[in-house]
Amino acid sequence: MPGPNQFLSRKTIFAFLAPALILISVFLVLPAFWVLYLGLTDQALTGIKAVLPSFIGLKNFRIAFGDRFFYNALKISFIFVLGSAWLGQALLGLLLAVFLYELKGFWRNFVSGAAVLAWIIPEVVVAYLWIAFLDKDFGLLNQILAAIGLSRINWLYSHPILAIVIFNAWRGTAFSLLLFSSALETIPPSYIESAKVMGANLSQRFFQIILPQIRAILLTDLILITLWTFNVFTPFLLTGGGPSFRSEILPIYIWRTSFKYFKLGYGSSVSTILLLVNLGFALLYLLARGRKKYA
Amino acid sequence: MLLIFLALIALWFILPLLWLIITPFSKEPSLGISLTAPTLHNFAELAKAKTALLAFKNSLIISIGSVALVVLLASLAGYALSRSEFVGKDAVITLLLIFSSVVTGVAAMVPIYSLCQKLHLIDSLLAVILVFSAGFLPTAIFILKDFIDRVPRAYEEAALVDGSKGTDLFARIVFPLIGPGAAVVAVLCFVNIWSNFLVPFVLIRTNSRVPISVAIYQFFTEVGVPRIGLISAYSLLYALPVLVIYFWVSRKYGFGFFGGLKG
Repeated sequence: MPGPNQFLSRKTIFAFLAPALILISVFLVLPAFWVLYLGLTDQALTGIKAVLPSFIGLKNFRIAFGDRFFYNALKISFIFVLGSAWLGQALLGLLLAVFLYELKGFWRNFVSGAAVLAWIIPEVVVAYLWIAFLDKDFGLLNQILAAIGLSRINWLYSHPILAIVIFNAWRGTAFSLLLFSSALETIPPSYIESAKVMGANLSQRFFQIILPQIRAILLTDLILITLWTFNVFTPFLLTGGGPSFRSEILPIYIWRTSFKYFKLGYGSSVSTILLLVNLGFALLYLLARGRKKYA
Repeated sequence: MLLIFLALIALWFILPLLWLIITPFSKEPSLGISLTAPTLHNFAELAKAKTALLAFKNSLIISIGSVALVVLLASLAGYALSRSEFVGKDAVITLLLIFSSVVTGVAAMVPIYSLCQKLHLIDSLLAVILVFSAGFLPTAIFILKDFIDRVPRAYEEAALVDGSKGTDLFARIVFPLIGPGAAVVAVLCFVNIWSNFLVPFVLIRTNSRVPISVAIYQFFTEVGVPRIGLISAYSLLYALPVLVIYFWVSRKYGFGFFGGLKG
């Protein structure tokens, strides 16, 4: 019987919830646990081990921690996150948000409009745009370099990490920019105006008024973009992880070992490590958000 | 000083995008920017490429199928959650949200592939639809429950007097009232699913079943001379639905709206 405040019967509630919960359980929750199990087997993509995998305990993890390509991928992922997410998206997003807050008007719409455009276009298209932009012989960047008398550079070959870092900063700055812009809007304008009247310059206003006010949001932004950037697969479309693994971030390493080298079990053990890292960041995020609520 | 910095940043954002606007209409398409009298030749080439057209159809099936499934199931679940009280309701929602942010496509590509293999769903558009839907459902439920919470219960109480049942309450009263919420969820899902590369790349093996993201990738990794004119026209058409949404949303709500749109 429905209660006084409840006009849906238990049966109806259950029937309404069931389809969504079943789908989530099978295709979202189950994979998270399935990967833990697969990581402990020598499951392959083809052949006898595809049908009859054996349980091999923690062997995959021992192999991973002894594989220099695993460390290579970890190292490049670390540089990628530091360069493209922290220095790129967060720092640039913050600077832009502050400058645009001061300027408003045309510049604000123009720069945020362009940043959002870079962020929203499908990843395969932006990857191809950058392959064209960075091309050694015809690419616009090298044409410009040549026009001002500098030598052409084969970016994707000679500086693959720099290329994917710059690319991903370009791709993702919009999120941080929008987040910081809306945070700045919540600071009472009188704070900033009176600081101006008292003669504080831009950097004083930034460090003494703006930064303390948006510290919590800065932390949230860093946690989120670190989590996302660690899980970005798009550089695969630019460099394929190459040349010779020099831009192979962890997601590409997982793909390569699982689907190119057919070692699904091994790929799962590395996925498990990634999943745990993700979980750590998600919990950090909840913690940061919870603290903000009580502050 | 400040303006020079801003102008340089603006250039940095704009320059790579130029190619997408100019090359599809160029007579001599290359990786560079070559301004010629505009032509629709590249689009005519594209119209002759059978895989390209099939991929368009596949992308539409995947995106529209997933969006419809997510909106329907999430509003049903959101309604049930909004109009019921049980211990740990908020904890369940938080837990689902954690799963959806932790279990990313990258972290779960291997188990999802293996699972689809067990369910005989490899190489099927249905698998891609189900995987996308499951990934977006937690966020969609969260958003729609919020919208439904704001629908006054008086409407349902009145209908209850007329002898309506749960399904009627949902279909005739609540669902029509949460149009804006459903639109937000639909836009969010569509933009992300339309653009996604990894999930279909891993799950689909047959060329005639791939969506556009994978088809474009295959076009430019193909051996031989890449058909740049065709790829550029294809890229522009592929980006077009997202661009239309972009211009429409930013005119109507401003760029701030996009803050909640992706990720």
